[in-house]
Amino acid sequence: MSGLKRILDEAVGLFVDDGAFALAIVVCVVVVWALAAWATQLRPYCGPILFVGLAAILVESALRRARK
Amino acid sequence: MLNWGLIGPPMLAAFLASIVEAVEALTVVLAVGATRGWKSAAAGAALALVVLLALVAILGPALSLIPLKLLQIIVGTLLLLFGMRWLRKAILRASGVLALHDEAAIYQTHTAAMQAHGAAGGGWDTIALSTAFQITLLEGVEVVFIVIAVSAGGPGLLIPASLAAVAAVVVVALLGLIVHQPLSRVPENTLKFVVGILLSSFGAFWAGEGLGVDWPGDDWSILALLAGFAAVALVSVAGCRGMAARKAVRS
Repeated sequence: MSGLKRILDEAVGLFVDDGAFALAIVVCVVVVWALAAWATQLRPYCGPILFVGLAAILVESALRRARK
Repeated sequence: MLNWGLIGPPMLAAFLASIVEAVEALTVVLAVGATRGWKSAAAGAALALVVLLALVAILGPALSLIPLKLLQIIVGTLLLLFGMRWLRKAILRASGVLALHDEAAIYQTHTAAMQAHGAAGGGWDTIALSTAFQITLLEGVEVVFIVIAVSAGGPGLLIPASLAAVAAVVVVALLGLIVHQPLSRVPENTLKFVVGILLSSFGAFWAGEGLGVDWPGDDWSILALLAGFAAVALVSVAGCRGMAARKAVRS
C-alpha cells in the first residue's frame, strides 16, 4: 500500500509542486474553454487571453514565493 | 525529407530535458558505483532504461487511440502543469530565491549513505542494484512523460523525440565514463529554464487547439508563445531578485 502511495505521490509530484499554482493553471484553461465554447465573439482573443492568464499566474506565483 | 521545423522543437525539448534528468541520475549512479561496485550500479541503471524504453513503446502508440481534441486538451494541460512548474523553479533558482542544484553535494550525500550500509559483498549487490534502478527510473519517468507529451503534437514525432532523449542519455553516460565524477559544470538551471519555456509554450498551444482557440497565425503562434514565455520568465527573474534583495535588507 505504501509502495502504491509512493508511486502515486511521485506521479502527482511531476505536475504539482505548489497546489495553488497548479490549480490556477487548470482554472485558467477551464475559463478559456468556457469563453471559446460560449462567448464565440471572443474566440479570436482566446489565445492571447490564455497566454496572458498563464503569464500572470507564473509571475504572481514566483513573486509570492520570493516574498516568503 | 524531414520537416525540421516540425520535429526540431520537440526533439530539442526532449534532448535538453533528458540531459537535465540524466545528469541528476548519473550523480547517484556514480556515488553507488564508486562505493559499492560498478557492476551492480550499471546493471540497475540499465534495467531501468529498459523499463523506460518499454513504457515509451507502449504508451506512445496508445495515445493515438484517444480522439485528437481530447488528447490535445489532456496533454496540453499536463504539459502546462509540468513545464510551468519547471519554469517557476528555474526562475526562483536563477534569482537566488532557491539554491541551485548542487551535484557535488548530492554526490557526497549519496556516497555517505551508501557507505553507511557497510561493505558490499561479492557478486550482485542488491543495495547498489536497487538504488541505481530507482534513481534512473525516477528521473527517467519525467523524460518519458516529456517524450510522449511532445510527440502527441503530431504524427511521426515519437521516434525523433525518443532518439533525441536516447542521444542525451548516451552523451551524459559517456561524459560520466570519461570524467568519473558528477557533471557539476552542466548549466542545469539554464537548461531547465529553456525546457520550461519550450514545454509551457507547447502546452499552451495544444491546450488552446483542443479547446477550439483560433490562434493568430496558426502554428506560427508557437514562436510568439516562446518569445512571450521567455520575456515573462526573464522579467520574473528580475522581479524575484529585487524582492529577495529587499527582503535581505529588511532582515
